[in-house]
Amino acid sequence: MSVEAPVTPELERDARKAESRRGLRIGLPAYVYLVLFFALPLVLVFVYSFASRSSTGRTELRDWNLDSYQRLLDPLVIEIFVRSFALALVTTVVCLLVSYPFAYYIATRGPSLRNILLVLVMIPFWSNFLVRTYAWRVLLGTDGIASQISQALGGEEVRILFTNTAVLIGLVYGFLPFMVLPLYAAIERLDWNLVEAARDLYADGWTAFRKVTLPLSMPGVVAGSILVFIPTLGAYVTPAILGGARTVLLGDYIVSQFLAARNWPFGSALSFAVMFVMLLATIFYFRAGAKTL
Amino acid sequence: MAGPAVELIGVRKTFGDDVVAVDSLDLTIEDGEFFSLLGPSGCGKTTTLRMIAGFEFPTEGSIRVHGAEMGLMPPNERPINTVFQSYALFPHMTVFDNVAFGLQMRKVEKSDVESRVRRVLDQVQLARRADAKPNELSGGMQQRVALARALVNEPEVLLLDEPLGALDLKLRQNMQYELKDLQSRVGITFVYVTHDQEEALTMSDRIGVMSEGRLLQVGDSHEIYERPTSRFVAAFIGDINLVDAEVTGRGDARLINGVHVSIPEGHPDSGPVTLALRPERIAIHRQGETVPSGRNQMPAKITRRTYFGDVYYYDVDAGLTGVLDVKEENRPETGTHDIGDQVVVSWSLEAANLVSG
Repeated sequence: MSVEAPVTPELERDARKAESRRGLRIGLPAYVYLVLFFALPLVLVFVYSFASRSSTGRTELRDWNLDSYQRLLDPLVIEIFVRSFALALVTTVVCLLVSYPFAYYIATRGPSLRNILLVLVMIPFWSNFLVRTYAWRVLLGTDGIASQISQALGGEEVRILFTNTAVLIGLVYGFLPFMVLPLYAAIERLDWNLVEAARDLYADGWTAFRKVTLPLSMPGVVAGSILVFIPTLGAYVTPAILGGARTVLLGDYIVSQFLAARNWPFGSALSFAVMFVMLLATIFYFRAGAKTL
Repeated sequence: MAGPAVELIGVRKTFGDDVVAVDSLDLTIEDGEFFSLLGPSGCGKTTTLRMIAGFEFPTEGSIRVHGAEMGLMPPNERPINTVFQSYALFPHMTVFDNVAFGLQMRKVEKSDVESRVRRVLDQVQLARRADAKPNELSGGMQQRVALARALVNEPEVLLLDEPLGALDLKLRQNMQYELKDLQSRVGITFVYVTHDQEEALTMSDRIGVMSEGRLLQVGDSHEIYERPTSRFVAAFIGDINLVDAEVTGRGDARLINGVHVSIPEGHPDSGPVTLALRPERIAIHRQGETVPSGRNQMPAKITRRTYFGDVYYYDVDAGLTGVLDVKEENRPETGTHDIGDQVVVSWSLEAANLVSG
């Protein structure tokens, strides 16, 4: 026979404590990992952004100052920011326009075809991103496919490589799956009865899409846009390989501060500025997305 | 508006190569009628409704609404609205916007939309929740919004796909009366799909019973319940005893246990027939009690008694003929029978139906 103990506030408190201790134990590996490899480096970057720089380019952890942040307002830096922001925005919009019909198509197929298409979307991940980006060099160069087609049709040779267009194509290609998958997830769980209800209430196909399908798939649009916009804003590899050296973007610029210019404080300040812009953009976007729902 | 509200002529619908959802369906639904399509799930009733709405198109045959051929006309061009099973209210719109949707799509003047929506929301007692989102409402309220959203368009025909299915029992019973009242008030033709025989019996002017894609019988509640023509309809609506017999002469048949009974007209000259007997139409007599003349009768034994409050259900074993269900009202003056009692069961000539299939 067990005697039921009365539930006292002390007992409840102990139970809660035990619960949170167990949660801590489960979460511990993740905590340790994130502190060591994410939070700590981030703090370091933050500290460095206030450091000063010796005449030889060494970072000196004294004479703390805001010089690096002041330099962010330099017109040249602002221009790089605006250019990167615009490119990220255009990439996101193009990704969205290309992905939405495709995601819609996948989500409305039968289960077996749907799975095949989803695997096809993910197949590029199986090969190295660098290799795939170099492949675009071949396609976009003066003797690439686009150029050959143009010449075969009697036109001039087309040079896309080392232009902003090449970077845009490379970025859209690289980040397309990050847009397709959240969109697919959002469209797939849509209640199609709602679309039928709209059709039943005198909406034609396009209007039903505009009034029902699109607003209800907004969570996918928001998630996909964030997943594309944020990495493109700081993209380094694609612009470096396809963009040549003529137009500097944020990714190159930050890397060059650390490697070529050896100005670590300014590089750190730049990194923080980018994070800040991303944070603002994300908050703004979530707000806007939430409103349409 | 010429012709009946809805006409289905030789309608057949197949999915893929081998799934026949609806087959050779002929049906006329009159203007202002409350018509129910009743059947188990998968019988083709929902497919039929979806074809009238325009979400599916018949593989063969023709559908007309007030004489106008529907053909391949998309749903948004049909003078028909639907109340969906799951209500399908737009979750991102308020109650008002949900109800206004159809009118806005048809470019009704803004002030007109406002007044018509307010009026219909008043009718379903939801005027005060106009600015709520659907998920803030109870199931019953959502159901009324769905109804209002369809009715505000004053359709020629209103289709309802098991609209009460998601409600609990009490609410469902109340809504049955409300729906019937509403229908007679607005005078719109209702085509109501349900698998619930009670719903169909209490609300409908006429019922069509479907099974395996075919319409088996059409009639008013009384006909469907009292005069089923097929084994399926007899068994699907309410409880019934099916008793096999062999025709032995005009108006006469022999049960397997040798008892001769009189059977209603319309039977074949010879061969097997099936008698359908409602449990409440069979009387139980104690041994020695006189059975009124003209009634069919046979000896039996009580094998089970189940108390339902208002009624008793008895299983009476009639030997080779099998076990019959008998229902008796719970009245102190008639008393009850005990398990093991030897009794005589009887039924009048009119109580039995000949069913086929």
